[in-house]
Amino acid sequence: MSTWDWQVFCKDTIDGEIVPRCFGSAGDITYLDWLLSAWGWTLSVSLLALLVALLLGSIMGILRTAPHRGWVLLGNAWTELFRNIPLLVQIFLWYHVVPALIPPLRGVPSFLLVVLGLGLFTSARISEQVRAGIQSLTGGQRMAGLAMGFTLPQTYRYVLLPMAFRIVIPPLTSESMNIVKNSAVAFAVSISELTLFALQAQEETARGIEIYLAVTGLYFVSAFALNRVFHFVEQRVRVPGMIGGGT
Amino acid sequence: MLTLDFAFLTPQVLSSYVLKGFVFSLQLTAIAMLGGIALGTVLALMRLSSKPWLTLPAAAYVNTMRSIPLVMVILWFFLLIPLAIGRPLGAEMSAIITFTLFEAAYYSEIMRAGIQSIPRGQVAAGYALGMRYGQTMGLVVLPQAFRNMLPVLLTQTIILFQDTSLVYAIGAYDLLKGFEIAGKNFNRPVETYLVAAVLYFVISFSLSMLVRRLQQRIAIIR
Repeated sequence: MSTWDWQVFCKDTIDGEIVPRCFGSAGDITYLDWLLSAWGWTLSVSLLALLVALLLGSIMGILRTAPHRGWVLLGNAWTELFRNIPLLVQIFLWYHVVPALIPPLRGVPSFLLVVLGLGLFTSARISEQVRAGIQSLTGGQRMAGLAMGFTLPQTYRYVLLPMAFRIVIPPLTSESMNIVKNSAVAFAVSISELTLFALQAQEETARGIEIYLAVTGLYFVSAFALNRVFHFVEQRVRVPGMIGGGT
Repeated sequence: MLTLDFAFLTPQVLSSYVLKGFVFSLQLTAIAMLGGIALGTVLALMRLSSKPWLTLPAAAYVNTMRSIPLVMVILWFFLLIPLAIGRPLGAEMSAIITFTLFEAAYYSEIMRAGIQSIPRGQVAAGYALGMRYGQTMGLVVLPQAFRNMLPVLLTQTIILFQDTSLVYAIGAYDLLKGFEIAGKNFNRPVETYLVAAVLYFVISFSLSMLVRRLQQRIAIIR
């Protein structure tokens, strides 16, 4: 293990021969091909789960600030349920338990189950941030909206949410980076993403350090790219003169 | 429609499959918490010092740990520790070392915030009384920082307890693994995963309720 061997990525995954130009052809794949497809799976799981989490997390966060006790209870129960069970256990529940208890879900591909699992887990955290964002606005904003004759949904849509979402962009940024990191648990239900690649390729090639370095680097790049996207959005939507809005 | 049957989970089955894993999960949580807070406090003090040769390595360590998925960190240590010490180390021991070092990064961020929340005048007062750096930190700043941050430190510990399930990646025998093996042996995986989820939920939820009450009590006194 004393020297580097980066050529491991150019090896064919079947016979271990080094392929010129590193990319396999005619159905044969190299470890580099496999690594890139694993990265694709990691990105797909993360981005779809982020979509689910943003949607459900926002809804639940809004419900928790609504002036109806039942909605608040629903939002709170949702958040506590998905926050207090380890992510890996939740993934196993989606993969092993949910299809067994709900027969129509039996044919659903495990990729979608993982997206749901990771999405709902993260939605609990996002609901917490959206709630905090809405509650950080002064109570007068809500009253002003209602006093202007807006209905409750209109007050949320035109008065509260535009400011609340701007306020919670920074915590949402770190949640989106967390989702990339947390997508690593998908290996446990055989999604062919980066961590599963790392485990299997390490075993096959015995070049663990090179493999792990590449995988860790790709996780880092993915999370950082999301960070930049959110930063760009934050810059675009800022309101001059508001907190964090610059001048 | 599958019918659930929990009858096989007798006390004997639980104590022979699950108890060992439960004890390990608790041990791992306790050791990683104590070791992580101790190491994390040192890292926080390093980051807050004025000497770049202390600040930079601590910042690099914390940022690296925080930007890698925990599963990958577990795999990295499982690969590297045997290379470093020249002999294989069990999955359980490897998990204990990994979690202590990994959690130290997260605890250090909490302690850093805690130390920064103490007014500067407190440090100046310590020096004015003739205390040295170690005394000022140990007798004046850290006790207050620790107390202010206690709820956050405990919340992080609840997250840590949930994250211990990730030792699945290296096959260590923890609470989840105990349930999984019982489920395989009795061919009842659905029931065992459900019970595991309920158990994790009950523990994490009641602990977080306790933290919430502690937070209120501390907030009143302050």
